Amino acid sequence: MGNGFLVVAEHDGGHFKKTAYELLAKAVELAAGAPVSAVVIGGDGAGDLGAHGATKVFTVNGPAFGHYSPEAWVAALQAAITASGAAVVLAPASLQNKDAFPRLSARIGAGYATEVTELSAAGGGVVARRPQYAGKAFSTVQIQSPVALFTVRPNSFPAKPATGGSAEVVALAVDAGAALTRVVASEAPSGDVVDLTEADRIVSGGRSVKSKEGFDTLIRPLAAALGATAGASRAAVDAGFCPHSEQVGQTGKVVNPTLYIAVGISGAIQHLAGMRTSKVIVSINKDAEAPIFGVSTYGIVGDMFEICPLLTDELKAALR
Amino acid sequence: MKIGVLLKQVPSTDTQVKIADPSAGISTADVKWTINPYDEFAIEEALRLKEAGKATEVLLLTVGNKDVEQRLRDALAMGADRAMRLDDPGFVGSDPLGVARILAAAAKAEGVQLVLGGKQAADDDNGQVPIMVAELLGWAHVGVVTKLEIAGETFKAWRASGGGAQDVVEGALPAVITADKGLNEPRYASLKNIMMAKKKAIEVKGMADLGLSAGQVGAAAALVKESGWSLPPQRPAGRILQGDNAARVKELVAVLRDEAKVI
Ligand SMILES: Cc1cc2nc3c(=O)[nH]c(=O)nc-3n(C[C@H](O)[C@H](O)[C@H](O)COP(=O)(O)OP(=O)(O)OC[C@H]3O[C@@H](n4cnc5c(N)ncnc54)[C@H](O)[C@@H]3O)c2cc1C
Ligand SMILES: Nc1ncnc2c1ncn2[C@@H]1O[C@H](COP(=O)(O)O)[C@@H](O)[C@H]1O
Repeated sequence: MGNGFLVVAEHDGGHFKKTAYELLAKAVELAAGAPVSAVVIGGDGAGDLGAHGATKVFTVNGPAFGHYSPEAWVAALQAAITASGAAVVLAPASLQNKDAFPRLSARIGAGYATEVTELSAAGGGVVARRPQYAGKAFSTVQIQSPVALFTVRPNSFPAKPATGGSAEVVALAVDAGAALTRVVASEAPSGDVVDLTEADRIVSGGRSVKSKEGFDTLIRPLAAALGATAGASRAAVDAGFCPHSEQVGQTGKVVNPTLYIAVGISGAIQHLAGMRTSKVIVSINKDAEAPIFGVSTYGIVGDMFEICPLLTDELKAALR
Repeated sequence: MKIGVLLKQVPSTDTQVKIADPSAGISTADVKWTINPYDEFAIEEALRLKEAGKATEVLLLTVGNKDVEQRLRDALAMGADRAMRLDDPGFVGSDPLGVARILAAAAKAEGVQLVLGGKQAADDDNGQVPIMVAELLGWAHVGVVTKLEIAGETFKAWRASGGGAQDVVEGALPAVITADKGLNEPRYASLKNIMMAKKKAIEVKGMADLGLSAGQVGAAAALVKESGWSLPPQRPAGRILQGDNAARVKELVAVLRDEAKVI
């Protein structure tokens, strides 16, 4: 039986993502003195992970670890689990981890829970809460294998300020094994945007923006003024106002931001499924009966074509 | 090439979830059942590959009891060739890895070379089973795919890589692919096919047929246990801002900054 926690620290061009600090804070809290380590795949050094609670940081490098592939990631994660001796593995529920963890689970016979939103200590182990039915229900998950795997929804836990601690860096030599797949091209999105699932602020537009032009002149500037990521309802995506990668909801992205602004979105059950855990929800809708108001912290009943430009200007002034 | 399509029955996405027994999961009394939306994309893709002469047979595979047969018939009516239901008292209570073991055993026994499934099931939202099938069979997989090309024994798949970016991934069959929205537009069944699907036999296979044992599947082998079902916490009642547009916009920015402290 293992002991302690292993956190998968994701990074992006030399910086650790916010999720690394969120998960380290939770791991330190739950570990109650047991060892907390981290693994960094395709990146050098421990950065400030030690100051956030990791006592050991395992790094995995080499040509196979420069770009995500499930085979290489599973090999790296397996090596880090063995080297750390951890009983609990916490990783952000990113596209990559959600792709690698099912393979890892089957390979090492470890139980796995996806997209958990709460973790607590129980009887020497850890139990999780996770949404099901697109957030219409929650359940408690217990894992009964020596190693338990969890991918955690971003923004579920607050990060803690750095302390004076530092981590021992251990470079692991990992054989990535025979590659079953090969990335032959990567198609970048237009612009430099934070992925919706990790975004801290989101402004979403619905069918009522009426056109791509409406989306680009009302929603995107409002998002830009806030430093937010743009999102959309399925109706807006289906009408071609923005790409599917921006769809929020049951058949789009499930998001968990601190602030979600819904502009001209009715609040259909499948849309709510994707955003109802947002900490603060603001809605702007001309129909006072729209279901979106039922989950909103603040609401404005009115015409978005008038309100959005005013709000954009007001935010620009306030956040300057 | 034979394609195995993994199909799961789930409550339709507009279901109002109710919970009667917190240890048992949601109440299924008033639930309208459908094929998992992502599995519809998988079925459609398999049918298109067959129509393009790249596949010889489309075999539906589902782990479930007799209640799921109507979903198999719905998929047969779209044009699938055969339907197989994997059912055994020993399968009850399987966790995702158990379900994957059952499906992997069936895919292997049937000589399937391409498995298509959904990116995630609309009930458990796990996104685990097809990728586990790939690992159990030692096959390649590509998850969350929006475009797929097959040429002979090789495939090319487009998968989301975050922030709207995409990777184009190449590999060789056999393989598992999971479908995302955008892969295709699923067809509606024709009346003729609906009639034909009513007459088709649904094959049923159990533990012994698949060479599985009690240590691998079912409740006793499950590593993941679910309990404590509840509805999501109620959000506190919100506030509708009053006044003219300029005043409301000012107030909104003020409350976001000073009261909610989110900007
Ligand atoms: C299987 C399935 C999966 C689905 N998945 C998703 C999903 O992932 N995400 C998703 O969003 N939907 C999804 N849907 C669709 C969902 O049911 C709704 O149809 C969709 O969310 C509606 O989008 P909307 O709110 O933009 O449009 P509508 O419902 O048409 O609402 C438009 C709103 O804009 C308001 N409005 C109009 N003009 C103005 C104005 N000038 N100023 C202010 N307000 C205005 C109206 O009052 C109305 O409330 C799914 C449906 C199904 C069946
Ligand atoms: N009981 C099952 N029978 C057949 N296929 C399944 C079953 N459970 C899951 N799948 C497949 O695996 C996909 C992902 O399911 P899940 O891992 O439960 O989110 C589904 O979209 C199906 O294609």
